[in-house]
Amino acid sequence: MIRYVIRRILMLIGIVFIISVGSFYLIHLLPGNITTIIEGPGASPANQAKLYKLLGLDRPIYEQYFVWLGNVLHGNLGTSFISQESVASTIRAALPIDLEMIFISQILAFATAIPMAMRSARKPDGIVDRIFGAGSFTLLSVPPFIVIILLVLFISIKLGIPHTGVSTYVSFSSDWIANLESMALPSITLAIGSFVVYFRVLRSDLIATLQEEFITMARSKGISQRRIMWRHAFRPSSVALLGAAGVNIGGLLAGGFVVQFLLAIPGLGYTLIAAINQNDYLLVQGIVFVVSVGVVLINFIFDFIINIVDPRISRE
Amino acid sequence: MSNVIIPEEQASIVERPEKKAPLGPLFWLCVGWIALNFLGAIFANVLPLQNPLYQDYSSINVGPSLHHLFGTDDIGRDIFSRIVYGSRVSIAVGFGAMLIGFGIGTPLGMLAAYRRGRFDTIMTSFMYILLAFPAIIATIAVLSFWTPRSLLKIIIVIGFASVPLVYRVIRTATLAVSTKDYIVAAKVQGATDRRILLKELLPNIAPIGVSFLLIGVATVIALEGTLAFLGLSVSPPTPSWGNMINESRTVLQVNPWLAIFPSLALCLFLLSLNFIGDRLRNHFDVAEVKL
Repeated sequence: MIRYVIRRILMLIGIVFIISVGSFYLIHLLPGNITTIIEGPGASPANQAKLYKLLGLDRPIYEQYFVWLGNVLHGNLGTSFISQESVASTIRAALPIDLEMIFISQILAFATAIPMAMRSARKPDGIVDRIFGAGSFTLLSVPPFIVIILLVLFISIKLGIPHTGVSTYVSFSSDWIANLESMALPSITLAIGSFVVYFRVLRSDLIATLQEEFITMARSKGISQRRIMWRHAFRPSSVALLGAAGVNIGGLLAGGFVVQFLLAIPGLGYTLIAAINQNDYLLVQGIVFVVSVGVVLINFIFDFIINIVDPRISRE
Repeated sequence: MSNVIIPEEQASIVERPEKKAPLGPLFWLCVGWIALNFLGAIFANVLPLQNPLYQDYSSINVGPSLHHLFGTDDIGRDIFSRIVYGSRVSIAVGFGAMLIGFGIGTPLGMLAAYRRGRFDTIMTSFMYILLAFPAIIATIAVLSFWTPRSLLKIIIVIGFASVPLVYRVIRTATLAVSTKDYIVAAKVQGATDRRILLKELLPNIAPIGVSFLLIGVATVIALEGTLAFLGLSVSPPTPSWGNMINESRTVLQVNPWLAIFPSLALCLFLLSLNFIGDRLRNHFDVAEVKL
C-alpha cells in the first residue's frame, strides 16, 4: 500500500511537471513580440520591463521556465495587465464558486443515480430498466449548453423564479438562500451530465456483480433484497462508480465554464472566458495551470479512495 | 502420412460472435438521418436554399412558415438554410478531428499492443500522462493563444487532443485480440508482421474502433458547440449549430425558435451517432467497461 502510494505520488509530480511546462509554453504560441501582445501596443517601457523580468524573456527558454516555475511555487502567477490585479488572488476569489457548484451537483447526481441504477439492475431489460435506459441515453446526447438554455427558458423566464436567470449571482456570504437559488440551475445542469455517467456505469456493474456466486449464496441464506443490494453488491460495484466519479468531477472543474459563462456566474470558467476575450494572457495561463493541476489532484484523490474501498488494486 | 491440412489461401479469419444483438429498425433510422445530414451538408450549394447570409430586414424574427420553413433570425436570415449550411462545420469538425485522432492513435495503439516490450511501455506511460492533462482546457488554451482561428486549426487541435484516448481504446482492443488462437496460428505459419497487423488484427478491432469513432464524433461536435459559446469556433456570420444557439441567447424571449431548431438539429444528430455507436458495440458484443 505504502509503495503504491509513493509510486502514485512520484507519477503525480511527473504529471504536474509536464503540465507546468505546457502552461508555460502557451505564452510562446503567441506570434510576435510577447510584451506588446500581452500589454498592448501602448504599454509603458516600465511595464514592459516588468513583464520582461517576470517572464525572464532575456534568458534562454529553459531558464525562462525555471524563473516562471520559481515564481509559481511562491504563489506568484503574475499580475494581470488588464485589471492590474494579481492572477493568484483573482483565482482564489473564483475557485470557491466552482467548488460549491460541483459539490451541489454531485450530491444531486449521486442521490438520483444510485437508487435508479439499483432499481434498474434488479430486473435488467424490465420495463423500468428500459425507461431509465432510454431516458439516460437521450440525456447523453443533450449538451450542457442546451440544457441550460432550456432551463433558463422554462424556470427563469416562464416560471419567474428569482435569482435563477442570467447575471443574478448572489455570493454565499451576503445571502445564502439567494445564493443557493442562483446556484440551482448550473448545479442541476452539471448534475444531469454526471447522473447519466453514474447511472450507466453503476447499472452495468451491478448487473455483473449480482450474477456472482456470493450473491447467490447470500440469497440462499435468505438475506433481504435490500441488504443484498446495499451490503453485498454495492461495495464491489462502487469501485467502478468512484472511478467514473473521479474522471467526471475533474471534467466538471475543467468543463463547467459554459454553464458559468451563460449565467454570468463569476467562477473560474467565467473568469477564463472573460480573460480570453480580453486577451488577458497571464490570467489565461494561470487558470489553465491551476485547473489542470486541480483535475490531476482530483484523479489522484479518487485513486486513493478506490484503494481504500478495494485494497486488491494496490496489490497488483 | 501426415494429415495436417494447410489451406492454400491464408484467408484472414474475422471472428464472429455466435449471438448477436439485432440492430433493429431504429438503428437504420439513425443511419438514414446521418446520411440525410451528410447529403444536406454536401449539396447545400445545389439545393434550392436561401442564402444563409442574406439579411431580409422586412421579415425579422418571423416564426415558421411556408416561405421560411423554420422562421428567420433577429436580422432576417433564414434559419432552415443556416441549419443546413451549419451542419457543414459540425460534420467537418467531428469527422475531421476523429480522422486525425484515429489516423495517429490507431497505428500507435496497434503497434504498441502487438510489439509490447519497451516501445509499449514508453508509449503507454507517455499517453497516460497526456490523458491526465484535461483535454478541454488544453484545447481552449491552445485555440485562444493560436490566432487567427480557422476551421482547420480547430480540427487539428481537437484531433491531436483526442490521440491519447484513441490510443488507449485501440491498444486495449488489440491486446484482447492478439492473444487469440488465430493470431498465434498466423504467427506459426510465418505470416509477416505487416500481414498480421493489417489482415488479422485490423479487421477484428475495426468494430470497436468504428463504434468508438462515432461516439467520439458526437463528443467532438458537442465540443465545437461549446467552443462556439466561448467565441473560439468559426467566426460569425459563418453559420454553425453552436454559433446559432449562441446567437439565440440574446433574443430567447422574443424568438425561442432560433434556439429550438438548431438545438434540435444538434441533439438529433448526436443522438443518432451515439445510438449507432452503442448498437454496434452491443452487436459485436463489446462490454462498455472495456472502452
